[in-house]
Amino acid sequence: MPSTNTLDRTNYLNATKGFMSWFWTIDHKRLGLMYLWSVIACFILGGFYAMKIRLTLSGDVDFATQTAEQMNAYNNAFTVHGAVMIFLVIIPSIPAALGNFVVPLMLGTKDVAFPKLNRFSYHLWIIGAVLFVATLFIGNLDTGWTFYPPYSTGHTDPSVITAVLGAFILGFSSIFTGLNFIVTIHKMRPPEMTWFKMPLFLWAIYATALIQILATPVIGISLLLILVEKTMQIGIFTPELGGDPVFFQHLFWFYSHPAVYIMILPGMGVMSELIATFCRKSIFGYKSIALASIAIAIFSFIVWGHHMFVSGQSELMSVIFSALTFSVAVPSAIKVFNWIATMYKGSIAFTTPMLYGMSIIWLFGIGGLTGLFLATLGTDVYFHDTYFVVAHFHYVMVGSALFGFLGGIFYWWPKMYGVVVDNMASKIACLLAFVGFNMTFMPQFIGGSKGMPRRYAAYGESAGFDGYNEASTLGSMVLMTGLVLALGSLLVSLKNGKKSPANPWGGVTLEWQTPSPPPEHNFEIDPPVVGDPYDMTLVEWKGEEEGFLPVNPRADAPCVADVKPSA
Amino acid sequence: MSTTTTPEHSDDHGHGHDHPEHLAHHFESLEQQFDAGKLGIWAFLLTEVLFFSALFVAYTIYRGNYPEVFRFASQFLDTNMGALNTIVLLFSSFTIAWGVRNAMLGQTGLLKMNLVITLICAGGFMMIKKMEYEHKFHEGTLWAGHENTIFRLDPNDVPEDMKHHSTAWDNRNGDFTMAVKDLDPEFRQKLGIFFGIYFCLTGLHGIHVLIGMILMVWLLMRAMKGEFGPTNFNAIDFGALYWHLVDLIWIFLFPLLYLIS
Repeated sequence: MPSTNTLDRTNYLNATKGFMSWFWTIDHKRLGLMYLWSVIACFILGGFYAMKIRLTLSGDVDFATQTAEQMNAYNNAFTVHGAVMIFLVIIPSIPAALGNFVVPLMLGTKDVAFPKLNRFSYHLWIIGAVLFVATLFIGNLDTGWTFYPPYSTGHTDPSVITAVLGAFILGFSSIFTGLNFIVTIHKMRPPEMTWFKMPLFLWAIYATALIQILATPVIGISLLLILVEKTMQIGIFTPELGGDPVFFQHLFWFYSHPAVYIMILPGMGVMSELIATFCRKSIFGYKSIALASIAIAIFSFIVWGHHMFVSGQSELMSVIFSALTFSVAVPSAIKVFNWIATMYKGSIAFTTPMLYGMSIIWLFGIGGLTGLFLATLGTDVYFHDTYFVVAHFHYVMVGSALFGFLGGIFYWWPKMYGVVVDNMASKIACLLAFVGFNMTFMPQFIGGSKGMPRRYAAYGESAGFDGYNEASTLGSMVLMTGLVLALGSLLVSLKNGKKSPANPWGGVTLEWQTPSPPPEHNFEIDPPVVGDPYDMTLVEWKGEEEGFLPVNPRADAPCVADVKPSA
Repeated sequence: MSTTTTPEHSDDHGHGHDHPEHLAHHFESLEQQFDAGKLGIWAFLLTEVLFFSALFVAYTIYRGNYPEVFRFASQFLDTNMGALNTIVLLFSSFTIAWGVRNAMLGQTGLLKMNLVITLICAGGFMMIKKMEYEHKFHEGTLWAGHENTIFRLDPNDVPEDMKHHSTAWDNRNGDFTMAVKDLDPEFRQKLGIFFGIYFCLTGLHGIHVLIGMILMVWLLMRAMKGEFGPTNFNAIDFGALYWHLVDLIWIFLFPLLYLIS
């Protein structure tokens, strides 16, 4: 039987060569990889600014002795960190990078529904990213990532123009990606794959895509209005001209609250795949997890007002939004309990992706539960704009979305590059990231609960927050070490990693039925066998060389038969 | 079905299907391709509606809060021009819909004619819009922050209940023109916001008309090559849907902006 690893044969990576064969490709797998590396590059940029924030805060600078220049630089650092991490890293991370790579493979199709639109999305993304990076050179963007008027529309730095334009274009990239996935999942499933036989990752991507196409246009027009307001003083948002800045906040959070689910839902989807595969158990409560994704997508649209409890909206509105916000806790908890129930009596394999998966249960547990403190109207008035909020959303955005992204990278890495990364270095990296992350943000919960305000460049010794800042900065060093080690272990594997068979982990979803890495058009047999995506008895372990293989392979061919060696 | 190929650059993409001419490599059938495109364009139109939504919400909020400003400001808009544009766009929606039928029946000549008429109507719409804009720049009925914003109106057109807002009358041009720049400052600001919303809504709509015109040229070029026929009319169909939406948005804009009284 020939090997199910195609590194020495023709695969999608080596089928064509040259810059244009990548840049102008319509192959979803290559686009996925390009998104992946672009996102990683932006993550390094955003991480650089994160460290700048941490180093500023742990310095000995007192409020009284800081120069205006230093403070502006600090404002710039947290603005760029937030904007880059949200618009350029977390939002495209799982949907655009992993989603592009995995969705058609999971569906057993050759590509997404609109491959050229997919390429267009990526090119838009590049343009948006270039504009964002240009912002760094043009001036000192200091509005915060939220672009609230009148900060963004008054006499602020003109770099707000390129930043807003960049975010606007990135929004369209995100819309087209979401639209592609919705049509792909609706129209290109194999006939045997009914909605409730879809892998949960597809449910999560579908729910994400719904939010992408319904919410993103609203931020698009809002940013466009900011642009017009800034350049022409239209007057809709500017109080000096009779406009209403709170109106912008409503529009902004109408997108940006659902957007946090654009970030977290795909992470939850990855999580469901990891838990089932590495516990060797059918996922517990499949339907409830699937429908919880849709429920979260729907609830996400009716809770935006909880960002504005102290912005001057009516008390009645605040009470209603507060009550509605609690509804999101229900589907989120359903997912977590189902994951834990899946692990119960499972045969847990402590692989690198699974370690990220298990981290998520802890981190999302804390991030989710502290969200309830902030949903509660009375406590939020106190916590608003403190480090409690900062810690909360980092636990969700980093602790769950980013760890999900990392788990997904390690999980699908064998499919992407044909090599498995599951060694001591990658496990230690995950451990360091987990410990470092908690060291960074746990002190911020405590500081925040004592009233430590966010977005301050310095606090002064008498404020009593220095200890938390020191601890936090120390933690961020550990976190950074872990992440660098994780990236290093991935890069090293490209050179001399352990070759992966088609199915190294024992996943039952369709992407594991094609060799690693897949051929240009994904599957050598057509269509692949569709079964229950979480019936672990469908595959069995055949040793290091062959990995997991189907128990009852199709009569006509296993996925590896008769492949010609490359010339 | 072939199970033994390695799909290197082969035109049949390695699967040996009997691929019809207009079927993209990753679809199984023409029907699947059409359904996917149809769902895609409807989803896109949904995003377009939401894209405009923020401006409609802005309109609703400001009109709800300042109904008298909107009634007053609406008189600065030229209802005849707006009505003419409505007719032009409605007619172009008819011609593009007919074009879809032409493509389905393989009537290439009629299809080209209808595309050209649609394109001319779109161009006419933009010309009329340009005249309206020029008039407003000339009159100074502009958005709040524009340096030349002045609102002039014949006093006979000013409703009685508006007159108390006026604090001065401008006699510069020999005829009695009420200079709204001397009006109650808050009233004047909100007037500016009305025109801000007017220019944003009609401007965004105009950009969509321009995009539609590019689309028409592209469809026309493909029609010239004889690409469309009973088995291949997807692009015309989807382009027409987009054009109907552009038309529909105008049908909302016209009464909301021009016909307030």
